[in-house]
Amino acid sequence: MNRSRFDFAVGLFVAIGLLAMAFMALKVGNLAGFDSGSGYAIEARFDNIGGLKVRAPVKSAGVVVGRVESIGLDAETYEARVLLRIYPNYRFSKDTIASILTSGLLGEQYVGLESGGDPVYLGAGDRLGKTQSAMILEKLISQFLFSKAAETPAKAP
Amino acid sequence: MTSFHESEMIALKDVCFSYADRPILNGIDLTIKRGEIIAIMGGSGGGKTTLLGLIAGRLKPQSGSVLVNGFEVPKLRQTELYGLRRKIGMLFQFGALFTDLNVFDNVAFPYREQTNLPEEMIRTLVLLKLEAVGLRGAKDLMPAELSGGMARRVALARAVALDPSVMLYDEPFTGLDPISVGIIGRLIKRLNRALGMTSVIVTHDLNETLRLVDRVVVLSQGKIHRDMAPEEIRSTDDPFIRQFADGLPDGPVPFHYPGRDYWSELMGQ
Amino acid sequence: MSAYFIRLISTLGHLVTSRIDRLGLVARFAGLLLVSLRIALGRLSLIFREVYFSGVRSLSIVAVSGLFVGMVLAVQGYEVLQRYGSAESLGVIVALSLVRELGPVVTALLFAGRASSAVTAEIGLMRATEQLAAMDMMAVDPISRVVAPRFLAAVFSMPFLAAIFSTAGVIGAWIIGVKLIGIDDGAFWSQMQANVDVRIDVLNGLVKSIVFGTSVGLISVFEGYFAAPTAEGIATATTRTVVISSLSVLLLDLLLTVMMFRGLS
Repeated sequence: MNRSRFDFAVGLFVAIGLLAMAFMALKVGNLAGFDSGSGYAIEARFDNIGGLKVRAPVKSAGVVVGRVESIGLDAETYEARVLLRIYPNYRFSKDTIASILTSGLLGEQYVGLESGGDPVYLGAGDRLGKTQSAMILEKLISQFLFSKAAETPAKAP
Repeated sequence: MTSFHESEMIALKDVCFSYADRPILNGIDLTIKRGEIIAIMGGSGGGKTTLLGLIAGRLKPQSGSVLVNGFEVPKLRQTELYGLRRKIGMLFQFGALFTDLNVFDNVAFPYREQTNLPEEMIRTLVLLKLEAVGLRGAKDLMPAELSGGMARRVALARAVALDPSVMLYDEPFTGLDPISVGIIGRLIKRLNRALGMTSVIVTHDLNETLRLVDRVVVLSQGKIHRDMAPEEIRSTDDPFIRQFADGLPDGPVPFHYPGRDYWSELMGQ
Repeated sequence: MSAYFIRLISTLGHLVTSRIDRLGLVARFAGLLLVSLRIALGRLSLIFREVYFSGVRSLSIVAVSGLFVGMVLAVQGYEVLQRYGSAESLGVIVALSLVRELGPVVTALLFAGRASSAVTAEIGLMRATEQLAAMDMMAVDPISRVVAPRFLAAVFSMPFLAAIFSTAGVIGAWIIGVKLIGIDDGAFWSQMQANVDVRIDVLNGLVKSIVFGTSVGLISVFEGYFAAPTAEGIATATTRTVVISSLSVLLLDLLLTVMMFRGLS
């Protein structure tokens, strides 16, 4: 019987396949730090979140420290309610400022955290006091144009 | 309930079978006793192979009853049918050997699938069966390396592996040289006597068949045309059997396929 | 004129009814197959044999194709990305394309051409030469002995092959991007890791490939089992396997993609 030959080849095949799956899980994706269930959630409110998406990174000093878990609208204040899931090994002070930033000129948007000096740390479910909304390109441009128009009155005759 | 006699191995009562609306068998009554070898003959497409299919339970008749070893075959469920089939061997027209297994593994197949015998005992049994068909020396060959006659003999060894009580042969002589025909014929007879089987042979080969069977059933147009001893076949003046036995091109079985009148078709009318 | 219309309508009707007939046959066959899986799973050596012929023998073509596809993606992706100054994202683009789409889909297409067509031809020939009938006469159910192991082998092999395809592709992209073009090695991997989610991307890709394996496997054994027992019949069945498998993979991919990635952006 050739059974042993099949067994060996199939075993090898499965081993290579599992290795490839492990490669995808650990090297291509990052299984280690990106468990969406772990960590704690904090809430931040913004006037405008621009193009922020669920799963966008939360960074502090350029290091990814969490992910955007959900985005909603507060029906009374008309503020955007963004839930951030922070990895359990990072802690931030109570007076941390969250701002929505863009990587590169047209890149994806992410939440930047800038820790303050408060000795009390943020816990699960806490709300960030200070936030800075996304910069909306159209608003910037119109602001710029208005101020230009105000600077140079009636240049033309 | 149909009556059943101990001496009857196979009993068909008023069996009708048709494919879609094309009738194949139309009221067949046939009884085969234990230990008998019978031949079923008839023109091509006359329902001979269909008859084997009905006995084996591969086909279900539209009406009538098929009793094999006392079991009403069309009414059996899959597991019961498989239970019965362990007692039925079948030799297919071209052997139907498993092309991915060698000769030994082909003959070992029924033992490995149907029994829990240890491998050494299977080896002994397989060599025994291969010896009986004279092909023990060919046990390591693949089916593709066998001649038609050898393949048929291996298939025969495989079919009788579990010592069936009924053997069905579908055209066992077709496409073989005269020597192989003789060998297969002798094996069929010898196995039938040695294992006390009941054999049903579907065949065109008159000469070889008449030498080994107890009875010949001639089918024509979905009915049993004649049921007679082999000696009678040689002497009968029945026109259909004469045409069949003497190989006459025209007779009760017409040379021409039915069509429009020749003259009017030629003239385009 | 009206006779012409009647013929047109009835041709259309026949087209529909014959498809539905065939679907019914597929459903009945799938039912039989499902029932026989329990018996087939009891004999792993039979399945391993088919995994060897379908899966292991497809390994080299899948790995080499993956490598080339990854390399091409890297060249094309780099060409576009460097215009926007984000060549470091090359790893992300390539990995996401492979893991989400190209890995499962191209592997299934290759498998249909390389392995499933052979399975169809094999089963079709076994029917034509009465091997299936002989098995049935020996009280061995051909569906659990011949059909089910081949079907299971396809379902089993596909995720492994897809993972191997994607891995080879990422390595191919790495060779082109990092070794030849000179993108930063660290940026290549870290960007990839930051943007490829194990659950959403990798796991969903594997789920896709299992679904494709089921579909391609079922089609190949069905077409073989019901192939007309002639040379032409087997040729037709083999062609049908490749065509129908490929179309079903692409259609299922669309459905699965819509289902899986709908809520994400």
